[in-house]
Amino acid sequence: MTVFVPTPLRSYTKNRAQVSAAGQTVGELMRDLDRQFPGMRFRMVDEQDGLRRHIRVFVNGEAAPTLAVPLLPNDEVQIICAISGGSVVRVGLIPQ
Amino acid sequence: MHLLIGTRKGAFILTADDKRRNWSMRGPLFLGHIVHHIVQDPRKPDVLLMAARPGHLGPSLYRSTNFGKTWKESSAPPAFAKAKEGEKGLVAQHVFWLTPGHPSEPSVWYAGTSPQGLFRSEDGGGTWQSVDGFNLHPMRDKWCGAGEDAPPDGATMHSINVDPRDPNHIYLGMSAGGVFESTDRGATWAPLNKGCSAEFLPSPDAEYGHDPHCVRLHPLDPGRLYMQNHCGIYKMDRAEGLWHRIGTKMPKKIGDIGFGIVLHPRDTETAWVFPMDGTTVWPRTSPGGKPAMYVTRNGGKSWSRQDKGLPSEQAWFTVKRQAMCADAGKPVGVYFGTTSGEVWASRDEGESWKCIVRHLPHIYCVEHAV
Repeated sequence: MTVFVPTPLRSYTKNRAQVSAAGQTVGELMRDLDRQFPGMRFRMVDEQDGLRRHIRVFVNGEAAPTLAVPLLPNDEVQIICAISGGSVVRVGLIPQ
Repeated sequence: MHLLIGTRKGAFILTADDKRRNWSMRGPLFLGHIVHHIVQDPRKPDVLLMAARPGHLGPSLYRSTNFGKTWKESSAPPAFAKAKEGEKGLVAQHVFWLTPGHPSEPSVWYAGTSPQGLFRSEDGGGTWQSVDGFNLHPMRDKWCGAGEDAPPDGATMHSINVDPRDPNHIYLGMSAGGVFESTDRGATWAPLNKGCSAEFLPSPDAEYGHDPHCVRLHPLDPGRLYMQNHCGIYKMDRAEGLWHRIGTKMPKKIGDIGFGIVLHPRDTETAWVFPMDGTTVWPRTSPGGKPAMYVTRNGGKSWSRQDKGLPSEQAWFTVKRQAMCADAGKPVGVYFGTTSGEVWASRDEGESWKCIVRHLPHIYCVEHAV
């Protein structure tokens, strides 16, 4: 499936904004991304298997709040760095 | 000689000529990354370790073997153990402090994190393992306190000091938590806070829960510890095991609150502190907007103000705990970086000061390198 990568993570993907990865859940997708781009997973997923505070994952435009969210082979996954201001964490797209 | 500068928006390397009069700057390195600490390996001087993270992502560590020209990311950064099902585990938010290991263990490094955790690398910083003797200690949560006690940027482990006589003898400081000591390479730990005030705790004689801001072991006399604490400046001779407040001789209108403390490399009785305003609501800025270093030459029996060349008024910066250091020159050079992005240098042990860099981001650390 296609995965869109935000700018802060593109040092791992040789500056590619879009990569291919596989997995039946968001968690498996993260493992596959880390296999292809070593170190990338820990920047997005903490040691308790939680998505980090400023990382958001969207599957076909729908928020995927945990690693357990299932995926299908043709899904489109967007990884997004949240915009945080004040005390409320909001979500916004970083221009591609 | 060099100064390694870590800032909220990247790292910089300053290099001086032989007389420490003229400086050049390299950087920014890792622009946009929060760099809490960048440290030279005294056992391999071309090696630098840097704790860095961009604001959006998890923490990491980087190693350079060519003094900062290229960097390689750690393949296993510090991370707490995965919690059992149904339990809440700790998450390392950032790496706050780095300390090279004992000279007899040339590949060993220690890292302190926020929240408070101790990690060790045995391959020069490539991979990191939890020091379970601390991180899984049954008292760890009580020692470290609840999250609401944390400073604005998170509770931190810092001031990891390895005894130059014994690689198994390690001290650390925690804000908050106090000073702790291990004599078995981190397998077991005990609080070391007797004599230290903790005005914010209900018990004046609490065993732990204190707020050391910076603890330094003197390399010439490893039985001597100096500490800048949230509640004053202290000294301990380890054989006695009692902290003595040596900041009481500071001028009353200045007080003895600050973040960092720096020791003279050849004189166990000389130390520098940079006082900040710890009154009323704790502004943590230079008292009265008049910044000054203070030095003791007699182990804290008396202190002298050193402000020649520093702004005489309306200067409201703060100097963070990693942002003060000294070199080994004759006379010793003393350096500090400010939250307003200035680096100040003294070539005469603090007697006079010159601003050598302006307009950097908020400075977190200034470390000397050869």
